[in-house]
Amino acid sequence: MELSDRIFYPLVAVLGLGAIGAGALSAGGPGAAFGLFAWLVLGGSLVCIWERSVVRSAFALLGTFGGTAGLFLLLGSDFLAMSQILIYVGGILALILFGVMLTPPDLTERKLPRVAAGLVAVGAGVAFIAAKVAMTADWVQAAELAEPKSATREIGVAFVAAEEYVVPFELAAVVLTVALVAAVYVARRRTSDLKPEAGAEAEPRA
Amino acid sequence: MNFFLEGIYQTVGEHLPMWLMMLIAAVTGIAVVLGMVSLIAMFSVWLERKVSGHIQCRYGPMYVGWHGWLQSIADGVKLLLKEDMIPRDADRALFMLAPGLVLAAILGAFAAYPLSPGIWFGDIDLGVFMIIAFSSMTTIGVVMAGWASNSKWTIYGSMREAAQVVAYEIPLGISLLVPVMVAGTFNLREASALQADWFGMKWFLFTNPFMLPAFVLFFIAALAETKRAPFDLPEAESELVAGFMTEYSGIRWSFFFMEEYAAMFLMSALGAVFFLGGFESPLTHFAGEFFGRDLVVVGAGGAKELNFAAIPYHLVAAVTLIAKCFFGVFLMMWLRWTLPRVRIDQVMTMGYKYLTPLSLLCVLGAALWEAGKHALFAS
Repeated sequence: MELSDRIFYPLVAVLGLGAIGAGALSAGGPGAAFGLFAWLVLGGSLVCIWERSVVRSAFALLGTFGGTAGLFLLLGSDFLAMSQILIYVGGILALILFGVMLTPPDLTERKLPRVAAGLVAVGAGVAFIAAKVAMTADWVQAAELAEPKSATREIGVAFVAAEEYVVPFELAAVVLTVALVAAVYVARRRTSDLKPEAGAEAEPRA
Repeated sequence: MNFFLEGIYQTVGEHLPMWLMMLIAAVTGIAVVLGMVSLIAMFSVWLERKVSGHIQCRYGPMYVGWHGWLQSIADGVKLLLKEDMIPRDADRALFMLAPGLVLAAILGAFAAYPLSPGIWFGDIDLGVFMIIAFSSMTTIGVVMAGWASNSKWTIYGSMREAAQVVAYEIPLGISLLVPVMVAGTFNLREASALQADWFGMKWFLFTNPFMLPAFVLFFIAALAETKRAPFDLPEAESELVAGFMTEYSGIRWSFFFMEEYAAMFLMSALGAVFFLGGFESPLTHFAGEFFGRDLVVVGAGGAKELNFAAIPYHLVAAVTLIAKCFFGVFLMMWLRWTLPRVRIDQVMTMGYKYLTPLSLLCVLGAALWEAGKHALFAS
């Protein structure tokens, strides 16, 4: 473990304890949970841009996606939370890992410029969103928040009710299907590509 | 669980702060789930060894206890005492994290498992969805284990796992959509209660002709999802030593096995609840008639009281579901010791080219059947 890692990881851990503590002090149990999930999201992103190994970066996204699911859960949207886990953790992260796992676990690679650029980008993003939220948000006290309840039934009804979202929903489905079919068409191997080659390498098609 | 916690809350709840109640609830829930998963894994390991033994015309474990029933405990003690080896070139942090992540994901999925019609960890409206989401999370742990071990066998194993699970999650979800559509709920307990007619035999499997193919598709996809033979390519002990867990030993290694057997049990539970009647069977039906079904009755003065007379009914219901689950687990073991392993390209072909379109056809057919039934007999 290098010196920079020895400073960075305890810092992230302390940040997490601070976030949970601050949340617990300001809003009790739910506040602590919010602190934990917010730390997972932010800590995951920080580790993702800090790590030199691209696979470890990808694994750090697990915290980010999981924390986002937790935040959805805290807001009472269990359907979104579970979709987040199923799609982002089970699907997209698995695909990302599938792609990057073939890289060797080479911890000597330096990507400090990338880390610096990432920090600047994250900092600018956070500053922008914080400013935007601070200017526009209508702060609601925790006591006034409605009791969280399952929104699944309402989402389901909204998707199939004719006067609500059935047309946009079906339209999105058609667009996605077309995109998928097109991607498969572009990526498919033509029969002419499968001819036994005389030379060592097949020529790329124009 | 819910009654236990409510009882605590009613007796001492007023004197405790809210966060302490939440902490107590969380710790009890996790402890009970962990105990359940350990028991399931221990019993399943013993069962697997017995089943494999008898299929191969031998006895399996015989020495530790009657027909070796204490074998799993002996194994557990051995695994706890074994040296915990971490290869020098492994990624230490991820190597240590991976088994825990795998186990944590499956423990999370168990939160949606109903113990009986009135006792549950969490009465979650999204039960099925949650189980599938969390069991897909175990993939990440397996991939992490494979990559962190930094060995060729483990990398091959985890790449196969990633490809296989991503492919089979689709038919798994879609074939489960058939009973979910008929039931109109994701909630395991509610779906089970819908099958209580016909003396507890109105199972979804018998109510719609498209249920049987959907069940077969679900079972195949569940085999692939839990990486059981003939889809045990991530492990593939005859080609990849032990696949993604080649470098693991001791208790970390046993975590992977606990996850595997817990996942088998959970997938069987999904199948049992959504195709095979869940808690319902003639036995449960008559137990319900005889003992009464409500665990909580409103007594004199409007106070809620525990109805102890109904406990045998809940016991029968719980045992019925567990028996159905273990029947599914037994089926998976039977297949494992009967069928040869398929190749990875065959796995992919089967998942994408056959199971996915077939499961979509099942959904379409079942939907048309239900719509027709509704149009003809709606009154």
